[in-house]
Amino acid sequence: MSERMLRIVLPLVVLLLGVLAWDLVVRLNAIPPYVLPGPGLVFATLIKDWSLLWSSLLVTLEITFEGLALAVLGGVGLAVLFNQSRWLERALYPYAVILQVTPVVAIAPLLLIYLPQQGAVLACAWIVAFFPVLANTTLGLSSVDHNLVDLFRLYGASRTQVLWELKLPAALPQMLAGLRIAGGLSLIGAVVAEIAAGSAGAGSGLAYRIAESGYRLNIPRMFAALLLLSVAGIVIFFALSWLTHLVLRRWHESAVAREA
Amino acid sequence: MIPPPNSSAIVTIRGVGKTFGAGVTALEGLDLDVRAGEFLSLLGPSGCGKSTALRIIAGLSEPSRGSVTLSDASARGGIGFVFQEPTLMPWTTVAGNVYLPLKLAGMSRAAATLRIEDTLRRVGLSEFRDAYPRQLSGGMKMRVSIARALVTQPRLLLMDEPFAALDEITRFKLNDDLLALWRELRMTVVFVTHSVFESVYLSQRVVVMTARPGRVSSELVVDAGSRDAQFRTSAEYAAYCRSASEALARAMDVRAGAAA
Repeated sequence: MSERMLRIVLPLVVLLLGVLAWDLVVRLNAIPPYVLPGPGLVFATLIKDWSLLWSSLLVTLEITFEGLALAVLGGVGLAVLFNQSRWLERALYPYAVILQVTPVVAIAPLLLIYLPQQGAVLACAWIVAFFPVLANTTLGLSSVDHNLVDLFRLYGASRTQVLWELKLPAALPQMLAGLRIAGGLSLIGAVVAEIAAGSAGAGSGLAYRIAESGYRLNIPRMFAALLLLSVAGIVIFFALSWLTHLVLRRWHESAVAREA
Repeated sequence: MIPPPNSSAIVTIRGVGKTFGAGVTALEGLDLDVRAGEFLSLLGPSGCGKSTALRIIAGLSEPSRGSVTLSDASARGGIGFVFQEPTLMPWTTVAGNVYLPLKLAGMSRAAATLRIEDTLRRVGLSEFRDAYPRQLSGGMKMRVSIARALVTQPRLLLMDEPFAALDEITRFKLNDDLLALWRELRMTVVFVTHSVFESVYLSQRVVVMTARPGRVSSELVVDAGSRDAQFRTSAEYAAYCRSASEALARAMDVRAGAAA
């Protein structure tokens, strides 16, 4: 079997075994569904509650993508500003770090007080997602080949030309690496904020469904919603990886297939 | 005593010194005339400031003391610079890299096409215009770098140990091609190298430099008719190389004497 097939088949075998073990544990121990539902019941719930879960998923995904988009705008924009002005970087970078290291779970309840619920959830998604974009883009912008910078100077390039023709293309690999991390984090930020909002009794996203189902002891639906969230996270990761590959495939070592 | 300015000089350097921030003096009292149309080599041990001198001529570095004057002709026709590494932009093709100086000057791609094609043909890379730098060998990358320097049709070409990282076979070939280009385009070349053999083979005039601080130690005129494989194996070539080696040894003795 080829290497490529193994990479797909092996994880699937593990998944199958895991599900099988889960099913056996539930059946043999006769565990009641309100403690641990079997995989069959979770799947049945997923289908039964599909319209509700699907619309909740869309709400969460919308927030996630809006958070991600704002994170890219904010992260790249701030990185470019920092790159143009060392003073600005020195003045503001510490606060970007503070925003990053303060756990979003702790900020979410506060934001919910001051912002409308949608806005608070979006703000949480943005806060956790923007830092990796900022940090990676900053690194990319400042690790441009010095000789190329000299070359641009020799030919009298303007600041704008240096930024658009040299620094941004050179920083693209790091920027995309940041984006890939940010995609997952934006989902996490949205979920955390929704859980916090859910405990306040409002919300419509998937994480809110999980909180709500927990209160109602509807454990199968909790699992079904969790499953959907995981799948969403995986899809986001692969979509961003694919985007990275598409953009870099012609020139960057990370995306170029090597011939043996 | 300061030598008088030379009327046929394309670059006139008088009493140039360069001290870096850390207090390292790279150049001191450098006097040098680069005559229009000549092939000049700066030969010296590493750390003798020859690269610094080249960067000062290019305007990439400001002299701490002294003056550098470029004649009108060279200022108008521009300067081409070839670095030790090929220094290509990996995200664009060979043609895109060669286009860069024209693009920065505001020329459209359509208007530049003919000149790009012409320059690529001169360096023997026409077939590779759509290739990305990573697909090329070290020698070919250096050819792209030379093409990029030539595309603006500079009067003065500055080269900073461009072939030092290449294997001997490739280096010999590029030496011959460079000489052919120099004859054909009638430009002035200042070539920095630490190789006695390369400097004698290529240049009409070899300027030997001392290290720490860098200044001109002696000068050797290489008055040879043809520069080809025969010249490379001739007794005449060997004699020139011996003189250059002795001059280099003396330059290094001066330094050892000064240090003692």
